[in-house]
This record gives sequence, structure tokens and C-alpha cells, in this order.
Amino acid sequence: MAITFFMDGKEIKTEEGKTLIEVARENGINIPSVCVHEATKANALCRICVVEVEGQRVLQPACIVKAANNMKVQTRSGKVLRARRTILEMLASTIDLSDAPEIQNMMAEYGASFNRFPDAKRRESEIQDDNPMYIRDYSKCLLCWRCVQVCADDAQYTFAINFSGRGFETQVGTFFDRAIPETSCVLCGQCVAVCPTGALKPKREFLLEQGLSPQDIGVLNSGRKKRK
Amino acid sequence: MSEIQLTPLKLAIESYIPLGRSGLLPALHAAQKIYGWLPLEVAAEVANTLGVPLADVHGVIEFYSMFYNEPVGRRIIRVCTDQACALKGADQLLDHLCHCYGLRPGQTTDDLSLTIERSPCLGLCEQAPAALVDDDAETNISADFHSYDLGIPKSYVYGSIRELTVNCGNGTTTLAEYGEYAAYKKALTMSPEEVIAETDKASGLVGRGGAAFPTGVKWGGAAKIQAVQKFIVCNADESEPGTFKDRVLLLDDPHRTIEGMCIAAYAIGAGKGYIYIRGEYPYIVPVLENALDEARSAGYLGEHFDVEVRVGAGAYICGEETALFESIEGKRGFPRVKPPFPTTNGLFDNPTVINNVETLCNLPLIISKGSAEYRMLGTETSPGPKLFCVSGDVAKPGLYEVPFGVTLRELLKMAGGPPPAITPRTSRKQGARIPRLQAVLFGGAAGAFATSEHLDIKLTFEDLRAAGLPLGSGVVMVFDETRSIPDVLNRLGKFFAHESCGKCYPCQLGTQRQMEILERVAKNKVMVGDFSRLQDVGWTMTEASLCGLGQTAASAVLSAMKLWPDLFETGQR
Repeated sequence: MAITFFMDGKEIKTEEGKTLIEVARENGINIPSVCVHEATKANALCRICVVEVEGQRVLQPACIVKAANNMKVQTRSGKVLRARRTILEMLASTIDLSDAPEIQNMMAEYGASFNRFPDAKRRESEIQDDNPMYIRDYSKCLLCWRCVQVCADDAQYTFAINFSGRGFETQVGTFFDRAIPETSCVLCGQCVAVCPTGALKPKREFLLEQGLSPQDIGVLNSGRKKRK
Repeated sequence: MSEIQLTPLKLAIESYIPLGRSGLLPALHAAQKIYGWLPLEVAAEVANTLGVPLADVHGVIEFYSMFYNEPVGRRIIRVCTDQACALKGADQLLDHLCHCYGLRPGQTTDDLSLTIERSPCLGLCEQAPAALVDDDAETNISADFHSYDLGIPKSYVYGSIRELTVNCGNGTTTLAEYGEYAAYKKALTMSPEEVIAETDKASGLVGRGGAAFPTGVKWGGAAKIQAVQKFIVCNADESEPGTFKDRVLLLDDPHRTIEGMCIAAYAIGAGKGYIYIRGEYPYIVPVLENALDEARSAGYLGEHFDVEVRVGAGAYICGEETALFESIEGKRGFPRVKPPFPTTNGLFDNPTVINNVETLCNLPLIISKGSAEYRMLGTETSPGPKLFCVSGDVAKPGLYEVPFGVTLRELLKMAGGPPPAITPRTSRKQGARIPRLQAVLFGGAAGAFATSEHLDIKLTFEDLRAAGLPLGSGVVMVFDETRSIPDVLNRLGKFFAHESCGKCYPCQLGTQRQMEILERVAKNKVMVGDFSRLQDVGWTMTEASLCGLGQTAASAVLSAMKLWPDLFETGQR
């Protein structure tokens, strides 16, 4: 069914059943998001995509709220900007965003400061280098859930990873923190492909960043020197 | 380490196999009863028996604070250090215990005989300070720690009426004492539509768990949906700091709740019910099981409708209705995105009505009296009786049943609260030595502060809303002028940071940042800019969080910032 609604004052005609973020993109309106990915079910958890919908008590996540007839949506109101800026500032005070250029750009766009929260506890973590395919650096993990979802019933049905801890102390983890080769992981690489912050990184990329040459890495891979 | 003998576990969890993943929490509870904690081999056996992925089982163990994946003592003492207990010396109690055994909070003795932990509110606020010693409540602990009550906690029931609490205050009421389920029998002579109509606008009943949603609307929504299976869930995950009403209702008068569930089941056409009770109320579980057996023997429960008790494992978030469903389904207690709402897609994706214990206890009253007589109590827009959990600086802390519409002043007078704060007009000469009222925390940790200025507000939904105070779960926690508000706030901050599930960013990150700033406020080490930081964090949690926990995690803090802004500025104290 065709519907008409308003986004930032602009009258938009679309089909019923589309989310606000989808309709916005089709109409050249950018609603930012951190957790949403086309390969995973939207969970409305990063809340960066929140928008103001007339008649609603609180801000609404555009990744799951569907456009409805006569709905009036503000995607960049003062409230929306305040929420986005604060969430980004809290993220930046928690995790290492150095490998997340998209989020760095968002920080700039929303005037979010990297130092808004001095003396704040960060989620620090040792790099876990326990398998031949990828490394896990959870100090860069912003808990978008994409890796857990593609490992489970959004794609691979491998169920190698889930969460440990709760609240701020949540981290992605394996059964009793087992090394990846001791889990049901099949090294499909889908988790690495959907990671937005470099928390999961191909081993080769990681080694190149560490200063190893492609030759050195070839030697590592073969386990012995190649015959000339 | 000696090899773990898995045979007793296999026997203990056999009966959960048909439940599949939904049997996970019961199986983990059973396993922990045997081994004291959940070693890897045990978790793996549970996972394989129920067909749940290993990583998911680990995720569940990690989520609930009463499940342990490392060794703990054969005895566990959990000392409540939240607000009401703190007023009565909980910190000293914890220090004393730790000193006696040479432990720090969270540690276990080398011989694995004892673990001592800090605990969030145990729902024993009117007999503070309190602790949970394995499955027993230890309450009314004296200042020298020598005298205390141990076992099933007592009930202290007061107020001006006895409708919901008519059977409370004298131990558990058996079915023989409760009498037949007369209201349920009467409901069966009515059509389900008539029962819903009585519950809906006729009686004006709204939920007593904190959200005040109209009960009849909920029921009507679930009733009109055609489904093979529908559920009634009783939310007994009472965990809001300062709240203990459901503990009293379930311990002293379990049949009232069960009868309420029977009426609800008939009204919406549900074939199965669950009572989800918080893990910190282990002593209520056998009372409930026994009452359910009595109800089965009397034919109230059976093939047409039966009720199962599920026990939580230490997670405030599981009081959120969709997180509670996830928990029954054997998952981490992450709240779901709404819509869809429980009435259409609830437990196991089936139409579900979930009601708080006190809400359900109103039903026998409404049906047996009829809504017109029920409405004789309370006000037009807040009809009926209401339970208030009064704790803190009052002479008679306890559960108070009053009609909606009494004032805060009247309630505090009944409870022996402190005199109102001195206003410029009050003479400083009279009674200057008695500490006066500083504040009342209304509605719990997710509530707001009131002061002497609010004493004449009527305790109704409409009057409180107008005053910007939430009724919440009926918490009235009283602080006299000698108490430190920053200390209260510090504990609030810790509570929410501990209890955030970690799903949505505003709450996952905001509860941590809020706690850090409130720690600075408590230590009088406020940094320049903390006021605006705390405002931004609190506002963002309120406006942008996914569920009610995050949306109210800053409620009391923001109300304190309005009342006492100087506390949050540098150099103001």
C-alpha cells in the first residue's frame, strides 16, 4: 500500500513496510547508524539512528520503526543531535576507535569530543591471537552484535561465540574463553567481514600492520622456509 | 583437580530435556545445587543434554550474577548494600563479616567454605540491614551483629485498610485458611468478555509493577487473538530497590496470586501460566510450590490451566517483561524491541499477558466485590487499594495498605516518619534535636526524590504525575536530614551500572559514566563540567534507551539535580 509521510518537513511517498532508515536512504537523507548491517537482523541497540517522531514519548530507532501514513519525523532535531553526540562521546571514551573511520567521521559531523569524559573507565583488552585466520582485539569492540549474529542464526549457524559479562563489562567471548580452534568456529570469516571497528581483523592484515613483509608472512603460513 | 562425577547431574536434569532451551535456567540451578558452581564439564553436559550451543550456555551463566563459573564457597553470604540497608549500617556489617573471615567482598575462603558478596537490594528493606545466607534471609541484624532473625523473613503489615493484605502478617495462609477460590468460581459463571470488562474500565485497574498500564487493555489485546497457546505470566521478579510488597503477598497469601492467575487465564484463554520469581527470594519457592499443589488437589489447576514456577538468578533487568520472557526461554535477559508487544508476540512468541503480583492480587477482590464496590476505595482515576513499601528513617518500616488518595504526610505519620523540614516560619526552638525530613525516594531507584514541600500531595497516579513523581512500585524510602544524598546517589549509580544488560549503548555506556560521576559527587571531587556531563548522560539514557531500565536509570539522579544542584558543582560544598 502506498503511504505518505513527512521527513524533515519533506513529503515522502513510499510503500508500507519500509523502515525509516531505508526510506531516508532512498530519499537522500542520511540517518547514521553503527550496529545495522544488511547481513544482520536489526536490533536497535546502538541508538545512533534515533529520530524524533511526532506523538512518541521518546526518540525512536529508525532502523526498525516503519514509516506510516502521515507520520512526522525529524532526523536532525536538537534532541536527535544531543543524543547522537552524547552516545558517540561515551563510545569514544570507552573503546579504541582508531580503526573505525566511519565513526570518526560521525564524531566530526556531530561535534562529538573524544575527551568529553575524562577519567572514564575504558574497555581495555589484550589482543587475542589464537588462530591462523584472524585476531580479536576487544578493546576496539563496540558490541554491535554483528559477529555474534552472523555466527549464529543470521548466517552461519556455527554458534562459536556469544557474550561474557553484563552491562558495561559485556564482551564477545567463547565457551569458557576457549581459544578459537577449540570452539565450533569453522573459520568462515563472516564475523571479520562485518566488524565495523577492526576489533576482528584478518591475521595477514594484522601482521602487515605489525611491520612484517608479505614474504615473512608466507614463511609463517607455510611453517617452514620455502625451497628456492 | 579431581574428575567431576556427572551421574548426579544427568539424573537431576533429565526432567528438563523436554523443555529444550527453556530448561536452561532450571538445569543450571539444579547443577549448581549439586556442585556449588558450574565447572566447564558441567556446563558442557547441560548444553549437550538440552541441545543448546556451548557458547550460549556460557553467555547465560555470565549474564546472571547468581550463576558462578568459578569455585565459590559452600556457603554464600550476600549482604545487601543498597540504600535502605545502608541507612541501617550495611557497610559496617559487610566490613565486620569480611574482617572476621579475612576476606574482601566477592572473595572466597581458601578452603571453599564461605563466599561473602555485596548484593543489590534483597527486598528486605523494612527489616534492614539484611543478608541472604544461602537460601535463608538474615534480617534485623543488630548493631553489634549478635542478634538477628534467620530463615523465612517476617512480614510487617500496617496501614488503614486490609484488602490485599487481609491474610498477611501471620505466616503463610494455606488453602484451607484461604477458602475456596470464590472469585474464580464467580468468574467462571461470567463470560470472558464480562470478566475483562470488569477488569478494564469498570474497575480502572492499572498495573502495580511500575508502568501503570491498564490491565484490561492488556487482557483485551491478548483475548482477541486466536492462538493454539496463550500464556499468563506473573512477574514476581521484584527487584526495584526498596520494593518488598510482592515478597509479602507471595509468602503470606500465595493463593491470592494463583487465583488471580486463574481468573486471568480464563479471561484470555490461556492454558499455561508461569510465576517468575527473583533468585534472591529462594525461600518463597517452596511456599509457592506447596500452594500450587494445594490448588491442583482442589481442582483449580490441572489440564485446563496449570502454573509453573521459574526462578531467576540475579538480574534486575528480568523484571522488564520481554527480558523476563527471554529468561524463561533460557537466554540472557536482553529486553526485546517493542513492538511487537507481549499481547501478540510474548513468551515463546505466543500471545501473553504479564502482570505484577500486586496487580493479580487485586483480581479476586474486583471479581468477588464487583467493580462498583471496588471503586468505593481510592479516587475516580486511581481506584482501589494500594501497597506502599515504607523503609528508611521511620519508626515503623513495613508494608502499608491504604486507599489511593491518602497524602504522603498521612502515610509518613502512620509510619512514624521524621517531622517536616524546618521552614523559615517554623520555630527552631521546638524539637530542634529530632532529625527532620530531608527527602523521600519515591518509586525506587527508577523513581524520584520528594521533599517536605511534597507532603500534601495525594498518593494517586494523577496527583503524583502532576508533581513529577512516579508511583513506580510503591517505594517510599525516607531519609532524614542527617543522611547524605550523595551517598544515596552513589549507590543508585552503582546499582544501575551493575544491572544494565549491556544491549543498547545509551544504558550500557551511560550507567557506567553516570556511576563514575556520582562517585566523584560522593567523594566531593566533582570535576568542572560534571553537571553538564551528568545532564547529557541522564537525558540521553532517558530519551534514547531501548527499554524501561535505561529510560529510568537517571530518573532519581535528574530529580536530585533539580532539588540540590549545588551538590554537582565544584566548590559548592
